[in-house]
Amino acid sequence: MKALVLRTPAVGPALALLAAVLIFSLTTDTFATADNLSLVVQQSLVIGTLALGQTLVILTSGIDLANAAIAVLGTLLMAQLVLGGTSAPLALLLGILVAIGIAAITGGVVTGISLPPFIVTLGMLTIVTAAARIYAGGQSYPVTDELLTFLGTRQYLFGYVEVTVGMGLALVMYLIAWYALTRTAWGRHVYAVGNDIEAARLSGIKVRRTVLSVYLVAGLVYGIAAWQALGRVPNADPNAFQTGNLDSITAVVLGGTSLFGGRGSVLGTLVGALIVAVLRSGLTQAGIDSLYQDVATGVLVIVAVAVDRFSRGRQA
Amino acid sequence: MAGTACSSQKATDGRGNDDGKIKIGLVTKTDSNPFFVALREAAKAQAGKDGAELIALAGKFDGDNEGQVAALENLVQQGVDTILVTPSNSTGILGAIKKAREKGILVIALDTETNPKDAVDATFATDNLEAGKLQGQYVKAALGDRVPQLLMLDGSPGGTVDEQRHNGFLQGIGLTESDPKVLGKESTNGDQNKAQQAMENLLQRAAAVNAVYTINEPAARGGFAALQAKGLADKVVVGSVDGGCQGVRDVKDGKYALTVMQFPKKMAEDGVKAGVEFTRSGKKPSGFTNTGVTVIADKPVPGIQAKDTAWGLQNCWG
Repeated sequence: MKALVLRTPAVGPALALLAAVLIFSLTTDTFATADNLSLVVQQSLVIGTLALGQTLVILTSGIDLANAAIAVLGTLLMAQLVLGGTSAPLALLLGILVAIGIAAITGGVVTGISLPPFIVTLGMLTIVTAAARIYAGGQSYPVTDELLTFLGTRQYLFGYVEVTVGMGLALVMYLIAWYALTRTAWGRHVYAVGNDIEAARLSGIKVRRTVLSVYLVAGLVYGIAAWQALGRVPNADPNAFQTGNLDSITAVVLGGTSLFGGRGSVLGTLVGALIVAVLRSGLTQAGIDSLYQDVATGVLVIVAVAVDRFSRGRQA
Repeated sequence: MAGTACSSQKATDGRGNDDGKIKIGLVTKTDSNPFFVALREAAKAQAGKDGAELIALAGKFDGDNEGQVAALENLVQQGVDTILVTPSNSTGILGAIKKAREKGILVIALDTETNPKDAVDATFATDNLEAGKLQGQYVKAALGDRVPQLLMLDGSPGGTVDEQRHNGFLQGIGLTESDPKVLGKESTNGDQNKAQQAMENLLQRAAAVNAVYTINEPAARGGFAALQAKGLADKVVVGSVDGGCQGVRDVKDGKYALTVMQFPKKMAEDGVKAGVEFTRSGKKPSGFTNTGVTVIADKPVPGIQAKDTAWGLQNCWG
């Protein structure tokens, strides 16, 4: 059992998620209902999507502090362009392209002049947040366009299980990322770069190209996160998701991905994002004050990193 | 709308009476702002008196629409009969409010209106335009013969309350937005640190100031610290809004000329009472209920009714 946990980083988090779901199902009447579980997933969607991009960056032993800010700028672009008469598909595309463009600049600076990702994305966070506020002109913009809010569309399976289009899209994105990381040469290169950049270089991997490609993919993911956000709350607000970058890092860490790079999985991150949402919902329904919920999440983060350290020590 | 009314009737018969307790949810903008703490404590106390259960949730920061939506959803899951909400953004959480109302839950906005206003069943709030106007009128009267030279410490850009107070103040003091007598304005997000920095910067180019508008008392504290550091404290009439106990003490100490007191306790108590009434009899409140404002100042000026700080200290919050 212990060996399985150590070998497959997503197993530990999955067990933790299962335990949390069980505990809340037994201790509250309202947690284990089909529509509440559906809500928990919906509540984790935007952070879960941001965390997917974050995982890719962290696997290369980087970190992205600007991801949520990029998504917020994306929501504003999409909303304002449509309000200004641009067709919705074009606005959506431009919003996503701008997200990719910003990520490309970040990736270019990180790989081109070898600056630490922490510093580059910290700068980007400040720039993009300011750009979003300037562009918004101190306003927030309600969104009524059907395409922009499409990911919030609800369907019922078997008559009572509520799902949204956004859930389906997130699942597909996670599966694609999982496949790319575990079944393709690109995926092996990403892990290799994160594990030991020199060893990767010496074994003939094009390190810069690999890292740059990761930022580009992450940018695409952040653009889609913007779309997810409009499906969830149809309102583009320059003040939204102020803690989204840290929340996404929390999901990655809880999912068992190592902050030192090279180890972890996107499926773990999916579980990590769900753990946060399950805690928030379950503890709320158990009547625990939200500040204590933050304490619980914080403790879990530290435990998760300790487990990572411990398992690394064992492997080395 | 007709469908909502119909389903609400059904809900009052079944919902919330399962365990015999009336459940009321409260969603504030944040957990930490003293104004919302006072509102929450008053709601809890009133719920206790009425034998109701109060579940209090909040966003993480001002503008956390996503967090408020999740809080609303969680309250619906817990089967509350009534939700009291102070919307961070007037439009951001309308979808979640609509879903709650479709389930027959009474939704009342406290402190901040939604846009459109009828997205909620009723609103219990300060008339913020009026609050701003009173602040402006008092400052103008306190200036006497002096021509106003105004600096404005605003709230958050785009905030409904912020705009209403700002516009009200300009009306009250008799200036327009573009008047050259408005020497400068800065956003402070109602934060003391930001307000101090903003005022320090404004004073670099507007030392002739004699009147200051502030969005709330934390902004007033920050602004006053900067004025004091420049030795301008005695020459400038500072006005504020809120009615927190610290703010009233600051007026008593002569730091600002006045503050306009709001009544979060009343908003919360009225909200809880309306929720209890709704569960018991199915009666819904509607429209905008002004919970009132009172000017707190120790120096009377002609034409403005004010209470002194002794009264203020008895009625302040936080």
